[in-house]
Amino acid sequence: MNSNTIYLDNSATTKPLPEVMQTFLQVNELYYANPASIHEAGVEANALLMRAREQIANIVRTEAKDVIFTAGGTESNNFAIFGTAQANVHKGKHIITTKIEHPSVLEAVKILAQQGFEVDYLSVNEAGVISLDELRSKVRKDTILVSIMHVNNEMGAIQPIQDAAKIIHEQSRAIFHVDAVQSFGKIPVQFNDQNGPDLITISGHKIHALKGSGALIFRKKLTIAPYIVGGGQEFGLRSGTVAVPQAVALAKASRIAVEAMAEKTLQYEKWYKDLHLFLRNFGSNIHLLSSEAGAAHIISFSVKELKGEILINALQKHGIIVSTSSACSSKQTTTSHVVEALNIAPSFKKGVLRLSFGAQTIDAHIEQFKTIFSDIMCDLKGENK
Amino acid sequence: MIFKEILIRYGELSTKGRNKNDFIRRLRENIRYSFHDILPLNIRAERDRMFIEIENDEKYQVLMERLPEIFGIQSFSPVASCNKNMDDMKQLAIEIMAQHSNQPLTFKVEVRRTDKTFPYDTHMIQRELGGTVLSKYQNISVQVKNPDVELRVEVRHDAIYMMGQIVPGAGGMPIGSNGKSLLMLSGGIDSPVAGYLMMKRGVRIEAIHFYSPPYTSEHSLQKVKDLANELTKFGAKIRLHIIPFTEIQVLIKERVPENMTMTTTRRMMLRIADKVREEIGALAIVTGESLGQVASQTLESLTAINDVTSTPILRPLIAADKLDIIHIAERIGTYETSVLPYEDCCTIFTPARPKTKPKIEKVAHYESFTDFDELIERAVRNRETHLLPEKKVTADKFADLL
Repeated sequence: MNSNTIYLDNSATTKPLPEVMQTFLQVNELYYANPASIHEAGVEANALLMRAREQIANIVRTEAKDVIFTAGGTESNNFAIFGTAQANVHKGKHIITTKIEHPSVLEAVKILAQQGFEVDYLSVNEAGVISLDELRSKVRKDTILVSIMHVNNEMGAIQPIQDAAKIIHEQSRAIFHVDAVQSFGKIPVQFNDQNGPDLITISGHKIHALKGSGALIFRKKLTIAPYIVGGGQEFGLRSGTVAVPQAVALAKASRIAVEAMAEKTLQYEKWYKDLHLFLRNFGSNIHLLSSEAGAAHIISFSVKELKGEILINALQKHGIIVSTSSACSSKQTTTSHVVEALNIAPSFKKGVLRLSFGAQTIDAHIEQFKTIFSDIMCDLKGENK
Repeated sequence: MIFKEILIRYGELSTKGRNKNDFIRRLRENIRYSFHDILPLNIRAERDRMFIEIENDEKYQVLMERLPEIFGIQSFSPVASCNKNMDDMKQLAIEIMAQHSNQPLTFKVEVRRTDKTFPYDTHMIQRELGGTVLSKYQNISVQVKNPDVELRVEVRHDAIYMMGQIVPGAGGMPIGSNGKSLLMLSGGIDSPVAGYLMMKRGVRIEAIHFYSPPYTSEHSLQKVKDLANELTKFGAKIRLHIIPFTEIQVLIKERVPENMTMTTTRRMMLRIADKVREEIGALAIVTGESLGQVASQTLESLTAINDVTSTPILRPLIAADKLDIIHIAERIGTYETSVLPYEDCCTIFTPARPKTKPKIEKVAHYESFTDFDELIERAVRNRETHLLPEKKVTADKFADLL
């Protein structure tokens, strides 16, 4: 990508911040020792790792020992699901999730379903939000795991985590896992005793840290089995030499994101409203998938009778990077499971586009997008705006 | 935030007649020390109980978190208050009982009317509040004889006070009420537990550690500081004396038959500890010894080692099983530090086959050829002392990275 590129695909991944890269390089130069070693350099690396852990724990309001560093969101989700299922199988075999989860959750529960677990999938309304009544009716005494994502990666819907937590904790002993990959650093993500989650997944590369870093964070000492076994690192829960530079970079990026959260949210909301108004001008040719109640950094819409790919290519020619619904499924030809779950008209199913903002997005990017997009629509649809 | 104050019930000190004022004063001081970060605290002490005022939620959280660890407290309760009318009282009763409404339990209403002019009498208050709680929470029922929870209502002149929760305290006696002792702190699992148990009995602790550079590393020293630091959270500062021990250890190895070195080493340690004890004005020496655990802790070894002094040696763990000791260490938070793998001075120069039944006369005989007195004096003189908890390290080299 050249420096003029307008990058509006921050929910797929982000560009690491310069100060985060600086941390990453410095830690690699100065504290490259194995944090499990007992020599001085190892002890120092471990002290730094603990500081990183503490910093993340403070943000989500838990204790340092409950932050387990992983290689990213997918591993954390797999770990949460397989680990919980394995450790709690004696209590029950019932799992609840939603139809719009990330594949790292859906594929994991699919494997558990093949192994004899019973899985219920919550449906969502047209705004992409689950029904608490449906959740209430599905949580049972033998439910051991409920996994609900905080912010949907394809269209930005925010799930009512607090209300869901109350229902889950009142009606069962289930562990409540929240995939907060798209929300952490953008909207507040915190533990809150009985009114919050038990497990939280976060990922580094969505908040301008490095790819290949993330964490699974625990509310308290839960019974969950390790998913990667070996040397017993990370309190025996995630073996493998800990990537200290990645972990420290993640802690720094988290702090920067949280400190800037209020300011960024205002910006995102402004752009979101602006683009909503702009897109409504195209009338019945465009259907908005994102709703006002969703996260402000993701805006998702669909153009009638058009393939998303065509629009992406057209925008790309003008140096604007956006994506179809999600990077993970954009190479598949079938409609995404999230779009299917939203129940939208068939003529809008193929043309989904997602714009997602990040820390490096500026006003001019949004203006440029609007100009170019109008031109493209004019060419493709003969629209006169 | 419905809670206005925390009521503290004293531990055993209620029974201690004339010393009571002293105990209450120490408890109050220890509480102020433990909560030095949220001062000022408004503490009001009465004969049998003490009240701490709560101004805000943050203070409340900190108090509830740390009070269970302070010695001399039998139990405590958060107390809420409201205006003196029945509607407010009912509302408050509901709020207080909300925390108990998750599982089925029994309760009763207990009323104390200090303000005799209050229009409702005890029975009316019990009936009204009891009825309100019963109709609000389905799984709460009444039992007068032996209820799980007592909803205590006090009608005082200024307002109504209510509490529905009794949190058990750590028990024991306020630190300092039973004098001062010197703890021999090795870095293992046992000695911090021994220190903790003595502190719980109201003993103020200073600690002594033997350090043998270059055979033991800075880390093992840091580990001992960390352990002493852990102990300070029970409500008192601890002074740590670090004794340079290499010279004496090397000399013992040269001059005493190998199977006797362990016994002689311990005897020298005890002689040094006794000198330090005398200097600091402590009355006894505390150790983590547990009978039969290792060669130096057989009755014969203990006798031979103890022979160098007539100072009382307190061994709170002498009859404790290792697993019980580990259990306490885990509970008080010293276990994880204790099991860190750094060598201490006892694990270097260990004889392959130490005597488990050393004879005092023989040990004394072998030692008599060497003049240890001067070395002991020097070790005591050259000791380093640290007052814990230490002030936070000023420069944070990780700050820019995070």
